[in-house]
Amino acid sequence: MIGLYLRKCIFIILGLVLMIFAGASFYKSRHLKEPVVLSPGVTQVKKLSDYFPGIKGTINDSNIYVLEGSKPGGTILILGGTHPEEPASRITTWILTENAVVDQGRLFVINSANRSGTTVTRLGGAYPPDFTIPTPWGGQKFRMGDRWSNPLDQWPDPEVYIHYPSRQELAYVDIRNLNRTWPGRKNGTLTEKTCYAMIQLIREEKVDIVIDLHEAELQYPVISTIVAHEKGQELAALASMIISSMEGFNIGMEYSPPTLHGLSHREIGDHTQAISLLLEAPEPFLDATRGRTDRKLLLEGKDEFIHKAGKHGLLFEKMDDKGWPIDVRVGRHCSTILQILELWSEEQPNKAVLVREVPRYDKVIEKGAGNFLHNPAKADPKKIYYE
Amino acid sequence: MIITILYYLLTAYIAFLMVWNLLKNKKWQEEILYIIVLLPFLLRLFRLK
Repeated sequence: MIGLYLRKCIFIILGLVLMIFAGASFYKSRHLKEPVVLSPGVTQVKKLSDYFPGIKGTINDSNIYVLEGSKPGGTILILGGTHPEEPASRITTWILTENAVVDQGRLFVINSANRSGTTVTRLGGAYPPDFTIPTPWGGQKFRMGDRWSNPLDQWPDPEVYIHYPSRQELAYVDIRNLNRTWPGRKNGTLTEKTCYAMIQLIREEKVDIVIDLHEAELQYPVISTIVAHEKGQELAALASMIISSMEGFNIGMEYSPPTLHGLSHREIGDHTQAISLLLEAPEPFLDATRGRTDRKLLLEGKDEFIHKAGKHGLLFEKMDDKGWPIDVRVGRHCSTILQILELWSEEQPNKAVLVREVPRYDKVIEKGAGNFLHNPAKADPKKIYYE
Repeated sequence: MIITILYYLLTAYIAFLMVWNLLKNKKWQEEILYIIVLLPFLLRLFRLK
């Protein structure tokens, strides 16, 4: 009898030790601080709750970095971290908020559109909890994140998610997907409220273009492309042609499907005055047929199984020995944003948004994305914000 | 919010049942199984994952 109780005690203690180790890892990952060293071009840092008080005090009351030019012009909003497991989107916004200077118009940047989603990794996916971008001063660590909001912040999910206001039936888990809950609602879930807050921002600030940054698996047909709302089709098509002929990489252009609801490229265009565009870069880490799901795959984008899938014609984007390193993916986003802004500014001189000090594709590849991240240890503490 | 609270109560109840079964069980293989299944319930209750 004593042996039986002793055995149970040992098992319970072992279980507790396991829980403490796992719990400490999850806690550290959820609370990892990501510094942003503000560019001299950042004139204000606002919060989403400035536009919708209903989100105040929640994890998704994200920072909004505002870069204003001396001359009046148009207003652009860049969204990073809609799907935090697509890190090129967030790294691109970091490069913007740490380097960009605006001469005309205004640039609004949100690095963590779904901050809750940055604090969790795919359940059962064996994702790394974080990753580090190498920099000249060492490296900067980022939370890995997931596609969906953290269930600790929004739980439970319904059996079927009914999108508001279209009432379209979507997958249950997409009630936590920030790119399925646009335009949001003020009395909805946390993810819906986040979209609602950003819609208020877009309306109040009279945003002209919203660019939502993403990455996609190579087995998904919507890849290496600009998805455009009707209002932005000409702009996106022209950007696609010029980038593909001048920047050193190919990017396509696709129409936003009018009957697929909840996505930024559809709902922002339908419910606000803004043109909505969504950029997709290739990310092998997301492919279902990938091998080991580690930091190396995330940052280098090389995988023998996906490579093999490519040889069998199963991919919608090329895959070779070079893979898809993070610098290439970030560089694509930087150049595409710059090209869109340049074309917009040429077409609409009164609403121009002129931005400088943002590296283009070839520069990001040559120097590495980390070269454009600044050392928080050497920065003025007043210039540091945390995501 | 009410539904979320109810789900946490359900999670606590199921965790309690698993601990109860663990204490009553006499097969060591099943005891290990209860411990492993219990972990995600505790991690959720402590709001860690």
